[in-house]
Parts: sequence; structure tokens; C-alpha cells
Amino acid sequence: MNMSFFDYLLLFSGMGLVTYLPRWLPLFYLAHRRLPQWLIDWLSLIPVAILSALLAPSLFSDGHPRCLHWGKLELLVAIPTLIFSLKSRSMGATVLVGMFLYWLGGLFL
Amino acid sequence: MQAITNKTQTNQLLVVMQQGSHQEQPVQDNSRPQHWFRKGAAAAWPICLGYLPVGLACGTLAQQAGLPFWAVGLMSILVFAGSAQFIAISMLAAGASPVSIILTTLIVNLRHTLMSSTLAVYLQEVNRWFLSLFAYGITDESFAVNMTRFRTGEWNRWQALAVNHLSNSAWVAATTCGALVGQLIPQGALGMDYAMTGMFISLLTFQLQNRIFILTGLLAGLISVTCYLLIPGDSYIIIASVCGATLGYIIKRRGRK
Repeated sequence: MNMSFFDYLLLFSGMGLVTYLPRWLPLFYLAHRRLPQWLIDWLSLIPVAILSALLAPSLFSDGHPRCLHWGKLELLVAIPTLIFSLKSRSMGATVLVGMFLYWLGGLFL
Repeated sequence: MQAITNKTQTNQLLVVMQQGSHQEQPVQDNSRPQHWFRKGAAAAWPICLGYLPVGLACGTLAQQAGLPFWAVGLMSILVFAGSAQFIAISMLAAGASPVSIILTTLIVNLRHTLMSSTLAVYLQEVNRWFLSLFAYGITDESFAVNMTRFRTGEWNRWQALAVNHLSNSAWVAATTCGALVGQLIPQGALGMDYAMTGMFISLLTFQLQNRIFILTGLLAGLISVTCYLLIPGDSYIIIASVCGATLGYIIKRRGRK
């Protein structure tokens, strides 16, 4: 693989464009339009749905190859981390607690 | 009910922004840009911490795939999309064509249309230059952090912009460092691999306002795992988000009648 600066620039610009457009178009148009109430209500459920959708496979399944996996360390650590987050309401502390428990779990398993 | 709170929040936000733009308003500490930046930084640091291991891993992989460090930095600046960059690197290593890499990037990043639409609710009537600058930094992480704060009404667009750009800087720095020294760092040091998961767990708990939100989260998680196992690729995220939110919305409507 021998790519020049120009090759890289061209490839990354193309990738950048198709990354930017999906982030830009809805915001650019919807921010100046009166959104219907049903859309606002629906969109208010999008964050929780996206977060769950991003998180769930990493807790309940393996990636290579994809299969269901109960009792992964990720899931076992997620339970106390979740409880800690509900009690503390602090993202920074929750991240650190999660990392610590995961590191601790890794020593024993 | 949700409608009213949303609207009042948007109004409060507009008031805050108008106050911010008038110098003759009583100068409170919280109307100064430095204060906003500090607030933004306080919200952004867990993202930056999470980006460190992921960015290092990304840079290390890129270096192993034969990319020079400046190309890694250039990619992070121009693209700024973690999962798409991982995929692009493995495709480059496999000798894929630029067109197929760009198309894959588009598909992987389509989910951001949903996030961008959701943010539009809180950025009504904001000028288009700001929106264009803001859009660059919309990622899974910055979206979740900003939405959580916007919803409580204590957030303004400058704080949100600070979150976006601070996380971007951290990502560029982490990936470039990964390409330079990534191989010297032991894998999984200090539970770093869990930083991102921990952050998503925390953000998820902030979203659980009532039973409808909990139900939506459970449904989206269930659909996500199912799609993840059945459909190759990254479509599981967008399918599960749309289906989960729609089911939650229908249940909410049913309950109201």
C-alpha cells in the first residue's frame, strides 16, 4: 500500500463529506422549521433508544463471530456501575468506577 | 406534558442565549464565555477519557496497516467518526477501493441523521453558521452528553459546542499518539477499555425519566442484540433506535387515551 499525501487527502475528504452531510443536513433544515409535536415526542425517545442500541450488543454478545454470550465480564461490571450511576448521578465518577471494576474483574477472571 | 416542558426549555434556552448576546444585561458570571467553556470542559472530560484508549487503539491499528502518523491525524480531523475510521483502516489494510471505503463510511454514519434531527429541537432559530460548525462535532458521545444537559434546561449552545470541539481535539490527539507510540502501551491497561461502556451506562441512567423511557430502552436493547446477531454490519444501531423509539411512542400514545 503506497499512497501519497494527495491520495490520502482525497480519500479522507470523501469520507469526511459523507460523515458531515448526515450530521449537517437535518440540523440545518429542521432548526428553522416548526417541528410537529408528534415528531418532537418521538425524537425525545431517540437518545435512550440509541444509547441502549449501542450498549446492549457489547454486554450480551461476542463480536467474532457474533453470538449470544451470557455473563460476560462487561455485563457483570455493568450492573454495579449502573447502580452507582443511579445513586451518584455523576458521569465522571461512574466512568472511573466502571474502569476500576473492569480492571479488578480482569485480574480474577 | 412532555410537549410543554420541551417548549418551555427551548424558550428558556432562547432567553439565555439572548441574555448572552447583550452586553448591557446584568453581567452574571454564568453569562461569560469563559464560564461556558469551563462548563463545557466539565461535561467533556469523561468523553475525552473514553476516547483515549479507543483513539490509541485506532492509531495503533492504522500504524500497523501502514498509515503514517500524519495521515492518521488528517483522517481524525477530516472524518471524526470512530467506528467508521476503524472500518476504513481495516479496509485499507485489505486493499479495498476508495469508493467502497467512502460508501461504507456513509452507511456507518447514517445514524447521525437521527441525532442531528433530535438536536434541532434544542437549536431552533440558531444561525446557520453556528449550526454548520456544530454539526461537525456530532458524535454518539457528544450527542448523548449534550442531549442530557439540554433536557434539564441548564445548557446553552456554546457549552454544547465546547463539548463537541474538546472531544474532537482529544480524538485527534489520541489517534495520532496511537500511531506514534501505541505499540508501547499494554492492551487493556487500567480497565481503560471499559471507559466508553461506563460512559454509555451513565448517560443511559440520565435518560430514564419515567416508565416509557425505561421501556423504550429495554425494547431498543432487545432489538439491537437480535439485529446484531442476525444482520452483518452496523445497521443494528439505526434499526433498533428507530424501532425502539417508535414502539415507545406508540405505547405512550395508547396509555394517554
